[in-house]
Amino acid sequence: MVEPVSDATPASADTPQSAASKLFDIRLLIGGLFTVYGVMLTVAGLFTSASDLRKASSININLILGIGMLLLGGFFLVWHRLSPKRVEPTPDQPEGTESP
Amino acid sequence: MSLGRTVGCVHREPRRRGRLSAVLLKLDVNFFDWTILAIYFTLVVAIGVMARRAIATSEDFLLAGRSLPAWVTGIAFISANLGAIEILGMAANGAQYGMSTLHFYWIGAVPAMVFLGLVMMPFYYGSRVRTVPEFLLRRFNPATHLFNALSFAAAAVLTAGVNLFALALVINALIGWPIWVSIMISAGFVLAYITLGGLSGAIYNEVLQFFVIVAGLVPLVVIGLHSIGGYAGLKEKVTHTALGANSFHTWAGTAVGHWSNPLGDWIGIVMGLGFVLSFGYWTTNFAEVQRALSAKDLNSAQRTPLIGSYPKIFIPALTIIPGLIALVLVPKLGQLDKAGNPTGLPYNDAIPVLMNKFLPNGALGIALAGLLAAFMAGMAANISSFNTVFTYDIWQTYLVKGRRDGYYLTVGRIVTVVGILIGIGTAFIASGYGNIMVYIQLLFSYFNAPLFATFIVAMFWKRATPWAGFWGLIAGTVGAAAMHFGGYHIAYFYPGGVFDPSHMTMNEQMLNFYGALTAFVADVVVTVAVTMVTTSKPEAELAGLVWGVPDPNAPDPNTVPKPPWWASPKLLGGTSLGIVLVLSFIFI
Repeated sequence: MVEPVSDATPASADTPQSAASKLFDIRLLIGGLFTVYGVMLTVAGLFTSASDLRKASSININLILGIGMLLLGGFFLVWHRLSPKRVEPTPDQPEGTESP
Repeated sequence: MSLGRTVGCVHREPRRRGRLSAVLLKLDVNFFDWTILAIYFTLVVAIGVMARRAIATSEDFLLAGRSLPAWVTGIAFISANLGAIEILGMAANGAQYGMSTLHFYWIGAVPAMVFLGLVMMPFYYGSRVRTVPEFLLRRFNPATHLFNALSFAAAAVLTAGVNLFALALVINALIGWPIWVSIMISAGFVLAYITLGGLSGAIYNEVLQFFVIVAGLVPLVVIGLHSIGGYAGLKEKVTHTALGANSFHTWAGTAVGHWSNPLGDWIGIVMGLGFVLSFGYWTTNFAEVQRALSAKDLNSAQRTPLIGSYPKIFIPALTIIPGLIALVLVPKLGQLDKAGNPTGLPYNDAIPVLMNKFLPNGALGIALAGLLAAFMAGMAANISSFNTVFTYDIWQTYLVKGRRDGYYLTVGRIVTVVGILIGIGTAFIASGYGNIMVYIQLLFSYFNAPLFATFIVAMFWKRATPWAGFWGLIAGTVGAAAMHFGGYHIAYFYPGGVFDPSHMTMNEQMLNFYGALTAFVADVVVTVAVTMVTTSKPEAELAGLVWGVPDPNAPDPNTVPKPPWWASPKLLGGTSLGIVLVLSFIFI
């Protein structure tokens, strides 16, 4: 993460600087999506109809999947919180201010 | 539907859909599922829009600025292969061949991925080539380069179109939309996120898609196994199907000379699939290698295929198991009458039919989102490698040289749009003339077969001459084609060695493996022979490209910070191979 980003670009005076360090952090998106899905499915799972239950071989799959997705979403959000993406000191704004 | 590029993994089966599949597959999608889909596809486009601000140079657009962390590129590496055609095809293979399908994962993928990470990546990433064909240009000559770049570019757009058509077929069966509506809408989504976000947009979507498709498939396995009496129940019930008792033994019936395994004898499986086809696909297909080249440093590039190998080991639980469950639960799955017409649903429908049977609204929406995303990823991976090869290897190298970088960024964007338009055209042609597509894909599989031979010689034998590279590729391509046509007349490729004049019973997978072996041998023999009569490149021009010829400009290994122990490529690769070895003994 400490390597400068410019080393791979061909040497030329015309070449603009790479903007790759401005790329947002995908962990936020995965965490957000799975948290939203997790809440939706868990709530649906709490109100599962008898026919849905019969269809899924008497497993409340929405509840189980919902909780699983909440855990995965939480994992990515916690990971992002604990080790935010480090960016090289550039004149640009720090990564933390970017929001999806 | 067979795709040469995916190691012949994909199921070959006539796609004839009748009213039967329309009745059995139509999903009961409600408002809840549509909401889930709407959220997902909003995010797909949002990724493209948000990734756009990270693009200032052509490398930002075509190679994600070579800035991504290893876990992102590693998941994208496996996701680029985990298109929906692969998923549905592997479930189909599971239903048709049983546990022998594991060979496509454990023999036919993991060793090659480990080899790419440990052995070949230093040449690709270390030499700073931007594409796989560019390696051939620097190692051999423009003829070899152009041959490879053109055949790759053509195959990539074509495969993108085939993905698009397969997607439209599935949407038609599951939701009932007309084929052309699905083609235009899904191409529109892909266009939006990769024209805006470039390779970063494609890779970020692949990472997201990986988790969604897993979340979509796990419920099928859980519910399916529960309804059938667990793994033991599945095993017992499959034994009573046409597959029989050997279906849970991967190596049963692979004796050379009198094979009965659905994939043929062990020479074909180990050498043809495990060595030539698998190494050719995983180590030279730019759609895969590109993901590693977008990593932020050599260590991350090396770890890309190694991290990807771990999901690859366990994905069969999500594909082969549903295939076998469908075989037990769906009457007449994959069966044909004497005239070759289907009497039940085709094997390719194994996963959709289970989605229909088991999933309540909610879980159904997730599975549908995963499946649609996987189809789009299959298309996006091909378009995002096509635009890079076309822009750098064809446009910049031969047509318009020496412009400013911004010019090639614009070219890259235009080529992306053009590639998608060709993909749409291909999808419409495929919807009218399905057989033409099968033959064209077969043609491209001949071009792929010898690639690994050329690359392995190129990287390990510095004497191999520029023209040897070119003629080796030609000879291998011709060899693959010759074996494919000749093989139909060889009784050994028919079950029990009994020749069938109508070719109906011929083992196509086995012929595919032997065709690859032929290509490899022809390529190596001709490469060596031509090297004897032509002149090698001076060693100075080969620096960093060949084993034993170090690049004088490379950073001193002692100054590069050593990665922490858990990021050691050798440890990651060794562990991956160890897991495969243990599992192979369990499922022997």
